[in-house]
Amino acid sequence: MTAEASIQTVLAKAPTGISGFDDVTFGGLPTGRPTLVCGGAGCGKTLFAVTFLVNGATEFGEPGVFMSFEERAEDLSANVASLGYDLDGLVADGRLAIDYVRVERSEIEETGEYDLEGLFIRLGHAVDTIGAKRVVLDTIETLFAGLSDAAILRAELRRLFGWLKDRGLTTVITGERGDGGLTRQGLEEYVSDCVILLDNRVEDQITTRRLRVVKYRGSAHGTNEYPFLIDADGISVLPVTSADLDYGTSDDIVPTGIAGLDAMLSPGGFFRGSSILISGVAGTGKTTISSYMVDAACARGERAMSFVFEESGAQICRNARSVGLDLSQHVEAGLLRFEAARPTLYGLETHLARMHRDIERFDPSLVVIDPISALRGPATELQATLLRMVDMLKSRGITAVFTSLRTDGGFDERGDLGLSSLMDAWIKLLDIEANGERSRTLYVIKARGMSHSNQVREFQMSAAGVRLVDAYVGPAGVLTGTARVVQEAREQAETLRRAQESDRRKREVVRRREAIERQLAELRASLEVAEEEEAVLLGEDESREALLATERRAITQRRSAAE
Amino acid sequence: MSPTVPPGPRYVLRLFVAGMTPRSRRAIENLRRICDGSLSGRVDLETIDIYQQPHLAEVHQVVAAPTLLRLEPLPVRRLIGDLSDEARVLRGLEIQPVSDPGRDER
Repeated sequence: MTAEASIQTVLAKAPTGISGFDDVTFGGLPTGRPTLVCGGAGCGKTLFAVTFLVNGATEFGEPGVFMSFEERAEDLSANVASLGYDLDGLVADGRLAIDYVRVERSEIEETGEYDLEGLFIRLGHAVDTIGAKRVVLDTIETLFAGLSDAAILRAELRRLFGWLKDRGLTTVITGERGDGGLTRQGLEEYVSDCVILLDNRVEDQITTRRLRVVKYRGSAHGTNEYPFLIDADGISVLPVTSADLDYGTSDDIVPTGIAGLDAMLSPGGFFRGSSILISGVAGTGKTTISSYMVDAACARGERAMSFVFEESGAQICRNARSVGLDLSQHVEAGLLRFEAARPTLYGLETHLARMHRDIERFDPSLVVIDPISALRGPATELQATLLRMVDMLKSRGITAVFTSLRTDGGFDERGDLGLSSLMDAWIKLLDIEANGERSRTLYVIKARGMSHSNQVREFQMSAAGVRLVDAYVGPAGVLTGTARVVQEAREQAETLRRAQESDRRKREVVRRREAIERQLAELRASLEVAEEEEAVLLGEDESREALLATERRAITQRRSAAE
Repeated sequence: MSPTVPPGPRYVLRLFVAGMTPRSRRAIENLRRICDGSLSGRVDLETIDIYQQPHLAEVHQVVAAPTLLRLEPLPVRRLIGDLSDEARVLRGLEIQPVSDPGRDER
């Protein structure tokens, strides 16, 4: 508390409530001091000032006085009503006072010495009536057009700035940009403690609004030019450069919702917070893959946001239905939001600022930018914009899917600036044309921090959904589509034939074996017969021999008897 | 030698001053002299101190002090300064200078 108090004594700041601006100035405008907001015609000075007052009155409990030298109170109310600012209501509540100061040279005759005490009294009266803490003077130099005595005016304006400071009023003075200086009179920027320059530049017929804090006495501030937006939600400034790569990383895995694709990645999906590039020419299925990822995220109950540059959200929902995805249910459930805009509608910076704001508000966990290649601009600016976009998404831990019509991962036709090097993962979709048909194939070119399949997959879309089929890889090369089917059929037939052949051979062998065995049996039988014959012959021989021996003995006996 | 009331429209004038500063006094004196001279008898003049009635400053679009408003005849004419340049005052109020030889030509 004491620390806070001491900081406040150094330099108190009055928040403007303009998103982004209070970040750039580390808190807002200097409290109790005058700030000059300058710029050319139509750059949003008055709107900035009105926003400062309205937010002061509604959000920070600081009533304000708007002293307008250019627009009548009714016109002012009508002009900002489109932003949802109810000036009349605030005036009725006593939180805002509008005083239109009309100074018309043709109606004024100068007849001698004068001062601007009338202005002081009116301002003082308005401030006292509502207890104002904030004051806007829009545009003070109108006085120089209405009154001829510049010397008096300059002296009186110095007195006015001193008066405002003495009363501790946080003041915004708007000023038209002059030649060679920040304002036409070259006065306001010296007496102001803070100078903010608004700029509205047209490049290639596309307008980009930028804001720069030129000076801020006694305070650090962002020094870059920051793009800012004016649309139905008022002003928002985009503090852009987060040059440091210090965002946290996640080991959390986000499946893509396509089983075949998840299977190609070793953890079963991409890391949460990574940026994924899906590149491919027209009709290769980039949007379909991103739709799958969106569907998967929403099915997990996460919010997803899709920035589409070539189709409307409804069209994407309808097209997703053809592959069996119902995205419109997520839109209705508030989990999915489409932001469709033609890329030529804004400059790069404005696109980036819009995305920044929309993402800030919707807080999605998945963002799809489809296609990133639709954004046009000078190559260096594109590179910077994309880099900041990736940074912005990463620092929030948002998984980002970028689709690109360029297959080589570049930005445009001429430049060789790599979009792919900014990305953590790259899915490449290729059309293969052969045999009078086109088939879609998919490669995972890179996926930082995980091993992934390096093989081509055939990518099929039908009413049943997306299917990844292993492409035919064989001696005949890599085949896809009908060629793969034909080749597979051919292989099947071949296999069948080979199986039949093998069966036939087996049967033959069996048959031959049987035949041999049969022969063997026959031979064995013959052998037996021969053995029997042999035995018979042997027996006959023996009995004959025995008979002969008997006879011989008988003869011998007879002979010996005869002797 | 009382001058006859010159024919012409009535003038409704409002002089706004910021306090009784020397400049305010000078303006009042200058205006009074002009009124007594050229517009004698035809003027409805009111002097307003905008310190006292600040809301009138807003109502009448007063920026500079002193400011003289000619509310009638229409259109409204606005003169700022201490009215010391009489020729400009007369031109601003769209009053033809009276060719009165006895009048002090400033």
